[in-house]
Amino acid sequence: MTPPQRRRRRYPDQGTAQPPPKPTQAPKPAGKPSPAPGQEGDGKAPERLYVVAGPDGERADIDLVTLIVARADPPPSATPEQTAMLRLCTAPLSVAELSAYLSLPFSVVTVLLTEMLTAELVQSRAPIVRQALPDRSLLEAVMHGLQRL
Amino acid sequence: MDFKGSDTIPGPRTEDHLPHTAQAAVKIVIVGGFGVGKTTMVGSVSEIRPLTTEETMTEAGVGVDDNFGSRTKTATTVAMDFGRISITEQLVLYLFGTPGQERFWFLWNGLFEGALGAVVLIDTRRLEVSFDVIGRLEERGVPFVVAVNSFPDGPRYPLGELRQALDLSEEIPIIECDARRRASSRDVLMTLMRFLHSLAMTGALR
Repeated sequence: MTPPQRRRRRYPDQGTAQPPPKPTQAPKPAGKPSPAPGQEGDGKAPERLYVVAGPDGERADIDLVTLIVARADPPPSATPEQTAMLRLCTAPLSVAELSAYLSLPFSVVTVLLTEMLTAELVQSRAPIVRQALPDRSLLEAVMHGLQRL
Repeated sequence: MDFKGSDTIPGPRTEDHLPHTAQAAVKIVIVGGFGVGKTTMVGSVSEIRPLTTEETMTEAGVGVDDNFGSRTKTATTVAMDFGRISITEQLVLYLFGTPGQERFWFLWNGLFEGALGAVVLIDTRRLEVSFDVIGRLEERGVPFVVAVNSFPDGPRYPLGELRQALDLSEEIPIIECDARRRASSRDVLMTLMRFLHSLAMTGALR
């Protein structure tokens, strides 16, 4: 029996397969940092819904695996969501885990956290992302960690 | 089992708290079609019970799902299961199992862009659902390995034949696995890490 065969996309020769449409970049307002791919304005990214967080403003650069730590006890002015968030992250917790425990979409958690970072209620620890010059010692550390599993 | 109290938000169990020394996290994405075993793989290596993060997307309801011909917008909730492995006191690894359709990838900002790499999990009963995923990862320059999840009733092909069918470049590792087994899933992750390491050594990682 032969498995089905994938055809690799090859753009230059305009083969039988149509290349997928390129994401169209919306014009960016001057002087603003360009958003990461996939954010709104991309044309290709689906719209996000905001329910808890209200109108969208500038959002902090928050990844699923940004670690969040509370800096303070919930102030009297804290919203119920902020209070819940602060109770969860007395020890470091990823944004993904916050989203899971709070049963809130990632984008909503991102907006909430942006406010809380501005208000200095929480601090964030940025993830280590793939880079042009990868850190071999990082890869080795992960390998050693996996080996102990 | 845990259950939701009426006035408390469920949080991590005491043993699921990260140490205060945790400084940074890295992530690996496990991508594959529905029912291919992504969540099983995440669960078999994770130190926490797999959790679910959700995102809501709206899209024009034309030709989508069961909204035949309707022009209204529909909201769809897309879920992604994930797990966690503490690497050191400072470093944490997160594993995300994501649906194969690229339109979902944008829902989680930087899901692939920041990932160390990806595992494409395939099911030999439905090989063709992985074709698109592999193409997309190639286009985006995300380093990946291919893991063949062995289902008892799935056809068994020699790996060389699968490599050919998937049109994989020679350097891309392809291995068989049993996503239910921790050691086997760990081996898949190790294969990815060794591949990333070899790319780093040769400076081929973009």
